[in-house]
Amino acid sequence: MSASTSILNRARPGLDPPSEQRRRRRRRTALDTIAGYSFLGPNLVLIGLFLFVPVGWAFGLSFQRTNGFGAGEFVGLDNYARLVGDRIFWQSALNTGLFTLLVVPLSMGLGLGLAVLMNSVLPARGLFRTIIVLPMVISGVATALIATLIFDQSKGVLNKLLGATGLDAVPWQSGGAAAMLSVVLATVWWRVGFNMIIYLAGLQAIEPELYESARLDGAGPWNQFRYITVPMVGPSTFFLLVMNIIYSFHVFDIVYVLTGGGPGYATSVLVTYAYQNGFVTRDQGYAAAIGMVLLVLTLVLTALQWRFSRTRDQVG
Amino acid sequence: MTTHPSVELAATATAAPGPVHRPAARRPTSAHRRNRALRLLAAIVSCAILLFPLYWMVVVALSPRGELLTLELRLWPRHFTLGNFDTVFSSFPVASWFGNSVAIAVVVTAITVVVNLLSGYALAHLKFPGNNVTFLLMLSTLMIPTQVIMVSQFRLVTQLGIYGTYWAVILPSASTAFGIFLARQFIIGIPKEIIEAARIDGAGRLRIFRAIILPLCKPLIAVLTLLTFLSSWNEFAWPLIALKDYQLFTLPIGMLYLQGQFGSDYGAIMAFALLAVLPMVVLFLFFQRYFVQGFTRSGIR
Repeated sequence: MSASTSILNRARPGLDPPSEQRRRRRRRTALDTIAGYSFLGPNLVLIGLFLFVPVGWAFGLSFQRTNGFGAGEFVGLDNYARLVGDRIFWQSALNTGLFTLLVVPLSMGLGLGLAVLMNSVLPARGLFRTIIVLPMVISGVATALIATLIFDQSKGVLNKLLGATGLDAVPWQSGGAAAMLSVVLATVWWRVGFNMIIYLAGLQAIEPELYESARLDGAGPWNQFRYITVPMVGPSTFFLLVMNIIYSFHVFDIVYVLTGGGPGYATSVLVTYAYQNGFVTRDQGYAAAIGMVLLVLTLVLTALQWRFSRTRDQVG
Repeated sequence: MTTHPSVELAATATAAPGPVHRPAARRPTSAHRRNRALRLLAAIVSCAILLFPLYWMVVVALSPRGELLTLELRLWPRHFTLGNFDTVFSSFPVASWFGNSVAIAVVVTAITVVVNLLSGYALAHLKFPGNNVTFLLMLSTLMIPTQVIMVSQFRLVTQLGIYGTYWAVILPSASTAFGIFLARQFIIGIPKEIIEAARIDGAGRLRIFRAIILPLCKPLIAVLTLLTFLSSWNEFAWPLIALKDYQLFTLPIGMLYLQGQFGSDYGAIMAFALLAVLPMVVLFLFFQRYFVQGFTRSGIR
């Protein structure tokens, strides 16, 4: 490398014949190539071994019947055919969809509301912002355990509060719908900070003059929100929509710890069902097939995001 | 009407909120004061709700066992005790679990940051065939949910003979392109002239990386270090699969195990949860700016 730089040292572009220059440039590219792949090497090896290999492997496993010990048996599309007729798989898929339908609008709506609030004149704004973001550093397991405590049907503080206001206790553990609601609420608590941060960044990029002129035109706060804020944070909204949907499809920690998919399969989602098949009943080929379904869903969403993400860089 | 919030925001967006300067001619009207009070009320109520679960964790962790079993509603503890911590420490290898979490997070972070910075430098400043393709290929891995490959990754670590060891957790966790995007964007922002000048002075590529790029990357390194450490500390699904020996558990796995053993002894469970989340809360309070920057930027995929 030092040889190349000493040559460069003497380089005086414009004085040398063109061929000499070209040779030097080629040499530099060759050295850059060697250096480039050496710098990338460790990362490429790790990613290749622990991401690309497992993806290919999972694809292969999805055509096998195997319990994880010894060689599997090739069964063609059997696992996928089984998925179509598996009631619990469909219930898990529907639950994942329901979870997504509830968590995404709730966490985005609350995130936008809080961002607007945090973007306004407010005493102790920094403190409020810290509190909203804080849940993001709490682990999913801790979040779920705190939720277990709060939602406990007989001893939980939430049911005691409801009782104190004269309302009936909610069957957070024994009722399917209530259990799903508890998972959703815990997740929203955990995710709202992320939505707030992204929206806040979007809001801060809006030109104040827009509001100024809207106000001169007689627009009230609601119309300003409706006709300036909402369209101007559109790119952030789209970005968050995709990120939140992808996250919701992959939810695991909170569901696994808080409800374990129960009661029955009322809160079973795709990842907990894949985990159950892969590591509890040890039907690993079948679990891999569920994983492939998730992968396809994720890729479709990401493709959508890439297709439309340019607008965010311009505005958000 | 006085200045709209967002007008002032332009000046105070990144600064700590201080007293807002208003020109004397624009005294707040009563309607304005009322709006401001309403906003403050909304902020206080939402933050109280958001903070309540953490408050409740602390209360329960510090309450004697009997106090939780009563059916009456009590929002603050009558007696304080550290008994729950005693219970947890005497029944579980908490110190080992804590140490495991620290060790794994430190190694994952060290590997990830070094490897991602090297990649970021190569992709940002070296011109070679395949540069862009490699970048896209690495970015595409961000779309592979680890949940999809848990079965095959489990088989892989078994085949490699590292199942059940620290390395089974560390290596797959450190195999991420997460920081590459941030590193590349950041390093591209370093003026080419500085690098060219060093090159002309005879510095090789590794030396340029060490003597010029690294010192300029301190904010980037801070963001990457904090975010990687946080995600390793909180990681659950993969360590749950990759570890089997109870002595080697990390804190999240230990938490789940403890819940299985203690059932509804919430005091002990919350005492342990408090120990597990406290380091990250403290880290967050000290380095909030970096965390928020990382959360905002890393979202861009």
